[in-house]
Amino acid sequence: MSSRFKSFLYSQDKAPYVFICPFVLLFVIFFVYPIISTVIMSFEEILPGQVEFLGLKNYEKLFSDRSFWIAIRNSVVYMVLTLILLIPIPMVLACILDSKLVIGKGFFRGVFFVPVLTSVVVAGTIFRLMFGELPGSLMNRVLAFFGHEPIKWLFSYGTGYTALLLLAVWRWTGMNIVYFFAGLNNIPTELYEAADIDGAKGLQKFRFITLPLLKPSRTYVITISVFAGLRMFTESYMLWSGNNSPHEIGLTIIGYLYRQGIEQNEMGYASAVGLVLLVLAMILNLSQLKVSGFFKKGDSIE
Amino acid sequence: MKRGRLFLVGLLMIVAMGFAYAGGADETTAADGTTSFELWTYVEAHSNFYKEMENIWNEENPDRKISLNITVLPNADMHNKLQMSLQSGYGAPDICDVHVNSFPNFMKGVPQFEDMTEAIAPYAADCVPSRLELYSKDGINYGVPFHVGACVMFYNTEILEEADIDYTTIDTWDEFIEAGLIVKEKTGKYMTTAEGTRVNMLSAFLGEQGGDFVDENGVPNIVTEEMYNALEMEKRMIDLGISRVSPGGKPDSEECYGWINSGEVASLAFPLWFMSRFVDYMPDVAGKIAIAPMPRFEEGQDRSAGVGGTATVVINTAHDKDLAKEFVAWAKLSVEGGTKIWEILGFDPVNTKVWDDPAVTNDPDNKYLQYFVTNPFDTLREIRDEVNIIRSVEATPTISNYFNNQILLDVFENDADIMTTLENAQEEIMNQLS
Repeated sequence: MSSRFKSFLYSQDKAPYVFICPFVLLFVIFFVYPIISTVIMSFEEILPGQVEFLGLKNYEKLFSDRSFWIAIRNSVVYMVLTLILLIPIPMVLACILDSKLVIGKGFFRGVFFVPVLTSVVVAGTIFRLMFGELPGSLMNRVLAFFGHEPIKWLFSYGTGYTALLLLAVWRWTGMNIVYFFAGLNNIPTELYEAADIDGAKGLQKFRFITLPLLKPSRTYVITISVFAGLRMFTESYMLWSGNNSPHEIGLTIIGYLYRQGIEQNEMGYASAVGLVLLVLAMILNLSQLKVSGFFKKGDSIE
Repeated sequence: MKRGRLFLVGLLMIVAMGFAYAGGADETTAADGTTSFELWTYVEAHSNFYKEMENIWNEENPDRKISLNITVLPNADMHNKLQMSLQSGYGAPDICDVHVNSFPNFMKGVPQFEDMTEAIAPYAADCVPSRLELYSKDGINYGVPFHVGACVMFYNTEILEEADIDYTTIDTWDEFIEAGLIVKEKTGKYMTTAEGTRVNMLSAFLGEQGGDFVDENGVPNIVTEEMYNALEMEKRMIDLGISRVSPGGKPDSEECYGWINSGEVASLAFPLWFMSRFVDYMPDVAGKIAIAPMPRFEEGQDRSAGVGGTATVVINTAHDKDLAKEFVAWAKLSVEGGTKIWEILGFDPVNTKVWDDPAVTNDPDNKYLQYFVTNPFDTLREIRDEVNIIRSVEATPTISNYFNNQILLDVFENDADIMTTLENAQEEIMNQLS
């Protein structure tokens, strides 16, 4: 190796660029470029070999498109409900599993984490069969045990969403528990000892030490959950075995993007849908981070 | 250092070999004059059919041998890949199967498929014309059909005998409903079922009356008398308790296979390709199912429509397009091809000469003929001139979405007013397509 090359590698002002080069390249090629071309495509109609500039027509159509609003409503409702379920439950479970009182901690941690490792496709298919409409399906047998008539689970909004949320809770609780574990481990034990000396009870310790100090973890989990909720697609696609569901109850924003872009060959229109999703997710996440004080100096997430 | 260099040389060799292989794959004509074609399909059974046709072709045309390189991909996946490759102009196969529901997407703008009109011409006189027309745009044929998909009635003879009903005397839907009430009374079973999440059945009822989802210019037009008649008839049967929305939402679902298999329903109006579902998934009703023409709405109207289907197309980037086109048209429309389509796939072939060949229609070893009480070809011959077209145009995927996801269930299960529902949907569809 020549010495010039060596000195280049060891130089303090140039070498860092070499090291971040792979990331920057990947970022530009697979992220910046697609986003820019999506923005351009959203103003166009795209067919093989013939691209036509439409101006704002795609967006005008979008805002008077009822299916699109159904998709937005479904995605937002799903996101809000998953936030309500998937923040408190895993947080409490993490605290319980972290306490010294529980026996078989390792076993329970494993049990909660196993669903995370399963494929959504497999889980979705199994949930579809469980929530089948015939009297023989698992959930209808449970109902029959309580003397209730069989229900067509996936044909109406309430019961369909129950299935969808159960799937989400079953699948993501374990992951969120792991995030909260990490947060719990960062809380210094001295604080709890001090609280013990002051005579604090278990619940008081949870309320005044654990909850406030878990804030960074919570901010992180909320941020990723907001986006995961908005971009949900596979779960509903598998549960209704396809992108079509009765009364469009399973139609999400991504599902609508897929329908327009892939199923109906309207790439330009689908780009517009995608950009609206991006804007929506950005607004929600940035305002959430702002409220939680993420951007304030000196109060950063560790 | 030395070892590192050796590793580098090895890596380079692997890369070079990769390029060499990729280069080799572009060779399309082998030394013995065999032309190879890349073919994509989304049904495993179709690939068996193509392999068989390849063998027959090579025996008959030793100087123009072909070799098919068949790739089977999942339905949605294959259509996505085809769309992407056409969009980017790179990587498309030479020959491809395209489902009738996806076909209109590829007709947007300038079709990237080859004009098949000339290749079809030698067989056109023997074929059901509406099926050829289905895969055309502006009078040019772009795809070759597999089957007619003629809609017929599948009757469970055991249930009907129990209720003393002779299905061969049922000529109109009104008579059918009367019979249904008797079946309900005597056996407690459903007379028929309504499809709630797909439009196969609705298409059949529309087609019988000469109706369609679009007008002659391909503009959506769902607020029609024919549409009202079809939905009203299905809804009336549900209200009378002689019909219900199929388990699973549609007959072509596991739940409904099980339901039919357990002998809970006396009849079903569906395309003939459902025969293969009976044979594969409903063994318990074997020897009990009869095939007959559908009842008609009014005296003088027709009794069937062609529903569903797969077009085989030649992509405009194919090499030796003429050979590809000739092979595709021969494989799917000739008497030989039609016979194999029936034997291997169990479809009603488009070439009507096959329907008249006793060697085919009375073959004692055929599993489809063994399964059913009546001979499907008798029914086909009876309705030969009554198989109407339900067109598949650019607006079709959007219209189908509205019916699949909203209109049908709103009408059947939520008691929505038919006309109001249709009018609202018409407005929304027009907005989407603007």
